[in-house]
Amino acid sequence: MPTSPSESSRTNDLALALKDSGSVGLGAFPMGVAFGVLVVHSGLRWWWASVFSGFIYAGSLEFLLLGLVLATAPLASIAVTAFLVNFRHIFYSLSFPLHRVHGPLAKAYSTFALSDEAYAVTASAAAQRFARRRILWLQVFIHLYWAGGATTGALLGSVIPASVTGLDFAVTALFTVLAIDALRARRDIRTAVLAAGCALIARCVFPGQLLLVAFVLFTGALLTRYALVRKKPEHA
Amino acid sequence: MPDAGYLIAAVAIAVIVTWTLRAVPFVVLSPLRSSPPLIAYLNTAMPMGVMVILATYTLRAFSPYVPGKAWPTVLALAVTVALHLWRRNVLLSILAGTAVHVALASTVFAPP
Repeated sequence: MPTSPSESSRTNDLALALKDSGSVGLGAFPMGVAFGVLVVHSGLRWWWASVFSGFIYAGSLEFLLLGLVLATAPLASIAVTAFLVNFRHIFYSLSFPLHRVHGPLAKAYSTFALSDEAYAVTASAAAQRFARRRILWLQVFIHLYWAGGATTGALLGSVIPASVTGLDFAVTALFTVLAIDALRARRDIRTAVLAAGCALIARCVFPGQLLLVAFVLFTGALLTRYALVRKKPEHA
Repeated sequence: MPDAGYLIAAVAIAVIVTWTLRAVPFVVLSPLRSSPPLIAYLNTAMPMGVMVILATYTLRAFSPYVPGKAWPTVLALAVTVALHLWRRNVLLSILAGTAVHVALASTVFAPP
């Protein structure tokens, strides 16, 4: 039974997208489960896990936001935190093949769902020639792994007894591991020490606004260092 | 417990900021396709620093004078770091570190 070329390439795009997203799905789904469990153990209703993961769809920000909303942090702090945590996404536009995704709605979804994982899967040179459907489907799949994992975790989480405590350590572990990976990629101990120093100063001086003060100090220090290095090009 | 209105506002702000950071650069940066030096510099230095600050932030309640809470944190952190330096597997390090923390905080160091 011969199928039309367009039909067979459509099925093919779907299969390729499933394959593209598979490796990151192995990581995204269990992390989603961990997030969902944490949501219900924080005292929020299970569907908040679906709302956070489906609409914000930025893993590390969601973990952090959970702690911020439980402390009823000011909305301005939440905006600054979201900006700084997700600042890295602006660089994804430099290589993500959005030119392959036609139509305003498709473009809107494609930019909305441009997570770390979606970026990682499309970072290869070959991805610049991916079909529109393949790109959109792989983004849908990764979105589903994460949001599906979070919802699953939230529903399972209600079964875990309240005497089981300490799950919030997953957030500390997440950022520790990401810091180690970043340090391993850059080998820049001085920046790590600078950041830790800013955080400790903020912790001692403004414990109530640690995050905001630490980010401002750190950004200021980086800009100062950049200005100093530029004045002395031989050290650049 | 935060009320629904506040939660919706918090989620909306997170969505708007995140989506803006993902979408707007296609208009602003893409024509360049090569980042200006300051942006490139921030791209290399910011992510790690931000992670270090965030890790510190999650440990803000840490106090050596509350041993029942401090020991599970110290031990779980040691397991997470050691395992990650050894196996370099993000998921494994997080799950193992969290498991150690939950096990200690729920049993040996459980609040009376």
